[in-house]
Amino acid sequence: MMPLTYCRMKHLTDTSHGVRNKCLQLLGNLGSLEKSVTKDAEGLTARDVQKIIGDYFSDQDPRVRTAAIKAMLQLHERGLKLHQAIYNQACKLLADDYEQVRSAAVQLIWVISQLYPESIVPIPSSNEEIRLVDDAFGKICHMVSDGSWVVRVQAAKLLGSMEQVSSHFLEQTLDKKLMSDLRRKRTAHERAKELYSSGEFSSGRKWGDDAPKEEIDTGAVNLIESGACGAFVHGLEDEMYEVRIAAVEALCMLAQSSPSFAEKCLDFLVDMFNDEIEEVRLQSIHTMRKISNNITLREDQLDTVLAVLEDSSRDIREALHELLCCTNVSTKEGIHLALVELLKNLSKYPTDRDSIWKCLKYLGSRHPTLVLPLVPELLSIHPFFDTAEPDMDDPAYIAVLVLIFNAAKTCPTMPALFSDHTFRHYAYLRDSLSHLVPALRLPGRKLVSSSVSPNITPHEDPSQQFLQQSLERVYSLQHLDPQGAQELLEFTIRDLQRLGELQSELAGVADFSATYLRCQLLLIKALQEKLWNVAAPLYLKQSDLASAAAKQIMEETYKMEFMYSGVENKQVVIIHHMRLQAKALQLIVTARTTRGVDPLFEMCEKFLQEVDFFQRCFIADLPHLQDSFVDKLLDLMPRLMTSKPAEVVKILQTMLRQSTFLHLPLPEQIHKASATIIEPAGESDNPLRFTSGLVVALDVDATLEHVQDPQSTVKVQVLYPDGQAQMIHPKPADFRNPGPGRYRLITQVYLSHTAWTEPCQVEVRLLLAYNSNARIPKSPWIEGGEGSPQVETSIEGTIPFSKPVKVYIMPKPARR
Amino acid sequence: MLDCGMHMGFNDDRRFPDFSYITQNGRLTDFLDCVIISHFHLDHCGALPYFSEMVGYDGPIYMTHPTQAICPILLEDYRKIAVDKKGEANFFTSQMIKDCMKKVVAVHLHQTVQVDDELEIKAYYAGHVLGAAMFQIKVGSESVVYTGDYNMTPDRHLGAAWIDRCRPNLLITESTYATTIRDSKRCRERDFLKKVHETVERGGKVLIPVFALGRAQELCILLETFWERMNLKVPIYFSTGLTEKANHYYKLFITWTNQKIRKTFVQRNMFEFKHIKAFDRAFADNPGPMVVFATPGMLHAGQSLQIFRKWAGNEKNMVIMPGYCVQGTVGHKILSGQRKLEMEGRQVLEVKMQVEYMSFSAHADAKGIMQLVGQAEPENVLLVHGEAKKMEFLRQKIEQEFRVSCYMPANGETVTLPTSPNIPVGISLGLLKREMAQGLLPETKKPRLLHGTLIMKDSNLRLVSSEQALKELGLAEHQLRFTCRVHLQDTRKEQETALRVYSHLKSTLKDHCVQHLPDGSVTVESILIQAAAHSEDPGTKVLLVSWTYQDEELGSFLTALLKKGLPQAPS
Repeated sequence: MMPLTYCRMKHLTDTSHGVRNKCLQLLGNLGSLEKSVTKDAEGLTARDVQKIIGDYFSDQDPRVRTAAIKAMLQLHERGLKLHQAIYNQACKLLADDYEQVRSAAVQLIWVISQLYPESIVPIPSSNEEIRLVDDAFGKICHMVSDGSWVVRVQAAKLLGSMEQVSSHFLEQTLDKKLMSDLRRKRTAHERAKELYSSGEFSSGRKWGDDAPKEEIDTGAVNLIESGACGAFVHGLEDEMYEVRIAAVEALCMLAQSSPSFAEKCLDFLVDMFNDEIEEVRLQSIHTMRKISNNITLREDQLDTVLAVLEDSSRDIREALHELLCCTNVSTKEGIHLALVELLKNLSKYPTDRDSIWKCLKYLGSRHPTLVLPLVPELLSIHPFFDTAEPDMDDPAYIAVLVLIFNAAKTCPTMPALFSDHTFRHYAYLRDSLSHLVPALRLPGRKLVSSSVSPNITPHEDPSQQFLQQSLERVYSLQHLDPQGAQELLEFTIRDLQRLGELQSELAGVADFSATYLRCQLLLIKALQEKLWNVAAPLYLKQSDLASAAAKQIMEETYKMEFMYSGVENKQVVIIHHMRLQAKALQLIVTARTTRGVDPLFEMCEKFLQEVDFFQRCFIADLPHLQDSFVDKLLDLMPRLMTSKPAEVVKILQTMLRQSTFLHLPLPEQIHKASATIIEPAGESDNPLRFTSGLVVALDVDATLEHVQDPQSTVKVQVLYPDGQAQMIHPKPADFRNPGPGRYRLITQVYLSHTAWTEPCQVEVRLLLAYNSNARIPKSPWIEGGEGSPQVETSIEGTIPFSKPVKVYIMPKPARR
Repeated sequence: MLDCGMHMGFNDDRRFPDFSYITQNGRLTDFLDCVIISHFHLDHCGALPYFSEMVGYDGPIYMTHPTQAICPILLEDYRKIAVDKKGEANFFTSQMIKDCMKKVVAVHLHQTVQVDDELEIKAYYAGHVLGAAMFQIKVGSESVVYTGDYNMTPDRHLGAAWIDRCRPNLLITESTYATTIRDSKRCRERDFLKKVHETVERGGKVLIPVFALGRAQELCILLETFWERMNLKVPIYFSTGLTEKANHYYKLFITWTNQKIRKTFVQRNMFEFKHIKAFDRAFADNPGPMVVFATPGMLHAGQSLQIFRKWAGNEKNMVIMPGYCVQGTVGHKILSGQRKLEMEGRQVLEVKMQVEYMSFSAHADAKGIMQLVGQAEPENVLLVHGEAKKMEFLRQKIEQEFRVSCYMPANGETVTLPTSPNIPVGISLGLLKREMAQGLLPETKKPRLLHGTLIMKDSNLRLVSSEQALKELGLAEHQLRFTCRVHLQDTRKEQETALRVYSHLKSTLKDHCVQHLPDGSVTVESILIQAAAHSEDPGTKVLLVSWTYQDEELGSFLTALLKKGLPQAPS
């Protein structure tokens, strides 16, 4: 260490900026809190790393200055506590001529402000003092109007994470202090608010209406405040959309931590809905959704928000629907307005149907009391006359009903207003659109479904108990006679499947367990003794059965491993164990059907390698696998290595029969990946015609749930009638993430084929691609060990996880 | 000369500047190295043909490419109105405009143009209108930045002005909005779009009177994108003629526009409007909603007035005034709330349509001006263009905030600025090497003391070592010695005093060579210190300190040190 330190010191004064640069980098990576002692001319002086680096903040070369700041940040990242004294040095660097220096300095200031938020710093040119975090906030705000956009983006981003800042500083960022001819002028927002509160909203703006009112003391107005004044106003109006997005994000983060700020920034966010760049609009809608718990929209704001519903971009509209789902509306006029606009949206873009219905569902359930006075009007109920029954298939009418029924759920007085046909429609919709229409307590009818009341925790939940019990029952059977075990397994599987259908929140667990049990069932069936004892001529048939079973088990284990989110390591072990058993089964079957030793020898070798691989991968989990197949196998490993294939097969066979059934621990949260193709709907009778040899673009729109990393795993498969299959990898940008765990795939699939004589259907479905190596925990010594080549070559495959949709197409022969 | 504009309010000689201020008598070309035009508005380039062709100037005229393209169109248009419609004589002709434009040299942004041996200019982006630029003018180490008109907030078709930290000696900035800080532009845009949208949805017609260039394009882009986003089908019309030509140039100079338009250009040119079509006189009578942009902007004549008269009677219709209206125009009257207008021929026009005002101005506001000053870090600021009272306010603000002097000269007033230009001095290599050998490397940016002789010979400055200077000039060296007496209270003997002085200096001056000579004197480097008894007071010793001129620094330090007295000797 000593010579290194010394060498560093020597080179720090090198004339070349490159050398100094690298030295500082080295210091940042190696420097530690311990005082590095060096011999100077004046004797022994202890100098601290931070001091040394700090000296280079005033280097003549901007690259060295940047490197010095970066080294300081590096020290911070390595856990050193930076001195507060650096703050003042860093502040000076904010006025540097070079953008990379300023950009790095902004970061440094942010870091220090997070370290010492509460310490007090003096304000220059006055004798006041403020908290350091406020001072830093003011300085970073000032950088939002920097000359370089890189710095502006950096500053705007960092603002968002300064949550400790005092609220009056925060609120200044939204106020530019408007002045007109030395007099204070109200902002347009203030005016809008006033108009609203005085009850004459919607009057147009008059000429000279923004005439200034009160005189401002000329001396008191400071045009460039050193403080935070108007930072967000600038940021949101910036020329570069990168800065605007960063500002919106920062606004979002700050608003989440401060409800009063959320209220204030609302006007600005709403304004951003009209940005010229779609990304910014989308971002601001998402932001609004995130802070919507803290806010209630005024009617005029709602008006502006709703105007965006007419946007031609589907993403924007859907984001807005999501927003409306969780918005608080203050008046019944607001609800009415929202409904009207949504219906307008529906008629203009009929494809938004599902999204709008869902939106109205939440709107209704959030505002039952506001919907109540609107019901007569919405259902056009007349006190004396019976009105005509509306068309049940009209999406707009369904939309209205969805709103009303969801409101009625918590508003028991509402059903009294319904007319007869409304009840009939309710019954119909409850069946056809059960995810949108809740169960209602209707007069004279019994409650249709007894859904579990939400206040029961999962542990008390009877269905959860049922699940646990049935699984325990299965695991308790150890060496039951095969017949009884089979029956029990069959029943349990059936129960679990039914349970999954009934209880959506338990579907993942139930399916997962059922799949595991099914594997076990298959294994038991395949191993039934009497099948194995039959005479040679019948070999063929039963080995077909067994090898089919082995194959199916393999498939099921891959499904278990890759189709569920939330699978933990302990489940992966069990799954791999099951797969190993299937492989053993495969080996046995092949051994019985093939003649000749050579191929068998190879297979044995391969299997043993796999066992070895299993052992190495899951060495930590082996103690949990007491008495299992692999446990016994490993005991016999030395013997197996030396024995002949025939003998190996024999041993395997007995071991498979003897091995116990492993208990599958249930993970905390498990969800099955699923996908639904919304478009193409597969109902069209009109074939998609195109000239053969050319391509036709098919719009595919699907929702994906509980898929991890869909960008790399989800594929689209097209099956042509001639058996030809085509796999399409959607672009990463085609996936949208509207909420946690949910994805939306909107992509185009290109179809092409040679000419057909008549239209025919192709199948489109979604596949989940997997790589068998992906889940295996990496041990450091596996990678490094030279004697252990990667045995298991990664197996890549796909699992279909959506219902196939049929598309009618017709490639016409090209005309000459 | 910076800009060559005209006054729109006058119709006589006062409309053009009085160029005799520059020359008194003689040719303009002899007095001016070049003319710089910041942008194509007539108050910045309107007098150009008059100046170059009628008064006479043959030097170069610098402007940006878009300005060069659009400027002659505007000049020609203006000429037509003045000559053909008003029948003025003694006005420049089309040929003169052409001849004048031949003298123009186009510059690119950030391109440094060497005008002559000394003068160089460089253009920066200024926003405001297409092709508007700020110019940095530099001679040697002294520079001036002239902003022209500029805008610090981006709009729908142009970006914001930007300048690097060039630290000019003088920044000449416009200050039209010296006392205004505008609120967010988005509010206004939203209001505008909402009003247009609502009217159109009601089935009404919207009239937007505009001038052909500038705001018109911004509003077009605004409406075009809105129509695109909202999938609206209502027709938008744009009056033909000048605007069409202008739009053509906007299409060409896409690099001068803002980020959005530049990005969209990969797919399509946003100035190739999808929804905006050329207007025909007959369209005004078409039923159904429509939006029409018509010239001129103040509703004082022409197409916009004709359409206004047709539509004024219907309360479903709307007129939106996007800019300022001069008193006396129809625009001003309706904005001030007049509902019955007297037209020519004693007709009375009742205005039932809605009248809206919406300011879309493209000048920097006070905060923007301050921002630009902050970016450029000038030594002096000079405000031009604006009302005196407001400029006075801004002047104070700038002086207070940036601590630079700020001027606002009246017309004809001259401002003289002191500058401190850098004077390059050549240093002899020998001296530099000697200096390098003596000490460590020069510390970053700190000043460093260096001894040498400055030789000034026919405006050529050189720094050489004194020996060389003596040799070159053939002079003999003079020794200059300083002697100083320091009185010390010490009752001991001279030798002892000298010894005490020696030990004191030895301990204080660690990195100097301190010696005690056998004759009882002490030397520090070449400085001699002798102790002697005071002739009158035996309790006082006199220290004689003597040093040469070259050792002045150390010598004065020593005397100061000795004057403080010796530390009390331990017993």
